[in-house]
Amino acid sequence: MLRLFSKTLKTGVVTERVKKPTSDDLEQLGIEVKQQIDRHFKGSLAIREVDAGSCNGCELEIHALNNPIYDVERFGVHFVASPRHADVLLVTGPVSRHMQTALLRTWQATPEPKWVIAAGDCAVCGGEFGESYACCGGVDKVIPVDVTIPGCPPTPKMLLKGILGLINGVKTQSQPLAASQK
Amino acid sequence: MSQSWRDMFSQMLSSNQISHKPSLIQDTTLWQIESSQWQQAARLAKDLSARWVAGWAEQVEAGFNVNALLEKNGDYVLLRTTVPEMHPQLPSQSTVYAAANRSERHTQDLLGIHFTDCPDHRPWIKHQAWHKHEYPLRKDFPLSGQPQSITPPDMDYAFVKARGHGVYEIPVGPVHAGIIEPGHFRFQAVGETILNLEERLGYVHKGIEKLAVGRSPEKLARLAARISGDSTVAHGWAACQAMEQAASVEIPERAAWLRGIACERERIANHLGDIGAICNDVGFAFAQMQFSRLREQWLRPQLKDFGHRLMMDYIVPGGVSLDITPDACEQQLQALKTLRQELDVIVPAIDMNSSLEDRLYTAGYLSPQTAQDFGVVGYVGRASGQDFDVRRDKPYAPYHALQFNAVLEDQGDVASRVWVRVKEIFASIKLLRQMLSQLPEGAIKADWKRPQAQAEGLAMIDGWRGEIISYVRFDENNCISRFYTRDPSCVNWPALEKIVLNNIVPDFPVCNKSLNGSYSGHDL
Repeated sequence: MLRLFSKTLKTGVVTERVKKPTSDDLEQLGIEVKQQIDRHFKGSLAIREVDAGSCNGCELEIHALNNPIYDVERFGVHFVASPRHADVLLVTGPVSRHMQTALLRTWQATPEPKWVIAAGDCAVCGGEFGESYACCGGVDKVIPVDVTIPGCPPTPKMLLKGILGLINGVKTQSQPLAASQK
Repeated sequence: MSQSWRDMFSQMLSSNQISHKPSLIQDTTLWQIESSQWQQAARLAKDLSARWVAGWAEQVEAGFNVNALLEKNGDYVLLRTTVPEMHPQLPSQSTVYAAANRSERHTQDLLGIHFTDCPDHRPWIKHQAWHKHEYPLRKDFPLSGQPQSITPPDMDYAFVKARGHGVYEIPVGPVHAGIIEPGHFRFQAVGETILNLEERLGYVHKGIEKLAVGRSPEKLARLAARISGDSTVAHGWAACQAMEQAASVEIPERAAWLRGIACERERIANHLGDIGAICNDVGFAFAQMQFSRLREQWLRPQLKDFGHRLMMDYIVPGGVSLDITPDACEQQLQALKTLRQELDVIVPAIDMNSSLEDRLYTAGYLSPQTAQDFGVVGYVGRASGQDFDVRRDKPYAPYHALQFNAVLEDQGDVASRVWVRVKEIFASIKLLRQMLSQLPEGAIKADWKRPQAQAEGLAMIDGWRGEIISYVRFDENNCISRFYTRDPSCVNWPALEKIVLNNIVPDFPVCNKSLNGSYSGHDL
């Protein structure tokens, strides 16, 4: 047990700090995300991640958002286990046809107001896999998309910027974007 | 020198009147046999305790070529038979080798080849995206297919049912609670105890084998790098090595070493992530935080040195895309030292922890016998006494010039799979130290040579998950006419159904994570 405490104390806080913005834009970005989430989502944004045929590369980088260096929860962003608890669906992959119904049902299970982020080149436009007998060729072919995050895979920082982009979009519209696209 | 298993196999085939016309795919022996003797040949191989490695088929002029790759002591033999296009059928090998079953169903779904007396004819990769009598890998099937506007879910899969007082069923997935890939698991349970688990995969089938057809070598390398995002280096390497074999391209020594560096870095990155995640699945956050920190610190320099955080597209046909500077070598050597120092503190800290011991030891047991029966590879095999490592047993550049000890454990539980990962990190650190300090000078990419029409290549690479098999055949225009890759997950996934038996349902996540199969790499 002592070893755990000792290592924990010696490691200290590795999270890249938000208090003193320097040239590194992660800190700036985080502050902005936090302010917007506080203002528009009462301090917490719940994301349900859905892999709709990704190669798992995007998932690795989404996981990284939760590591102690990015620690995205401090900005009020957290990942939830059920679409019923989610504000946002973060969808990756070109939407394999075998996942089409599952994605549609997940979207239907998410309560209004809801938003969809398509993360990664595959989710944005089909990427390397495109449209075929096996793939739908992008998330917007299946459910309405509010924000896209390109990249193969997008880095954790790009993901955070994408989330900020979504919130900025939300505040400029009185109606939720997904609703207005219906 | 004792007789090799290949010679013994050859003698046994001859004495059983199985003619096997020999040829070669580079240095791999290829034997063409009669389709009626397909199963018998497998039985003879099994008698010699050879491992069934991979199976795939392709449409050729004469009908369909069906392939089965076998291995023992690092010596590979490829069996091939041809079946006619009109009635493509042959006896199944899965009555002999359990591992062949899903592969045969994969071939059945995508090419319409019928394996007679196969114990399980249920569709595997096929759900509802194409019709029953259509086969996507046949040449007359267009890449676009004829999809419906909404592909219906696959509702009629005949899962094995358990009945009895207090027996109930738990369906899980395809959308899981965590940030993970999609697949379906069907549990039969009594109380908390798992009576049976059945996997249903194929949700992320992206038509990779079909997409590969007609691609140039560069574009195939890009596709291969996206077969499984966590094994992007290993899959890229396997595909490029197969193509280079087919085209007789010799890559520069420095390029081979740089590939080795990237591959070992990938192994370390994934093991770091996995050890943390396994501990997290039993609620031990300390390890998750420490290891995910180490993983992030490990990934960051890769953006500069390899052009990408996950080193995607670093390996290209003929070599690698980016050279490494002496400064970067020095920094990487320093980082190895730091990593080792960190692990020397963290590993004893988790080793001494009784709550972790309580959950990981004896959980998810895979016996060496079962591991052998399924031909399980990589860290899952090595934790259950399967002493096989392509890097050691069929060495390729740069490993033929390097010193390393293959890791082996035989306890077969989750803890054992954690320890194999820990030891593999240490082994990879040693390998990296050798490679970084003795990196040969020279070019990093060879010129591409146009391969002959119908040239074939078969590569075996030890990725972080284990042995990857990659097969390519070129057409007459320097384009791919067939590409197949067997991710280690294909042979490891069936073992999970055995690993969880008699464990409690809440231990499923940790059992699953300890195996960590790739869904994307399996579904293709």
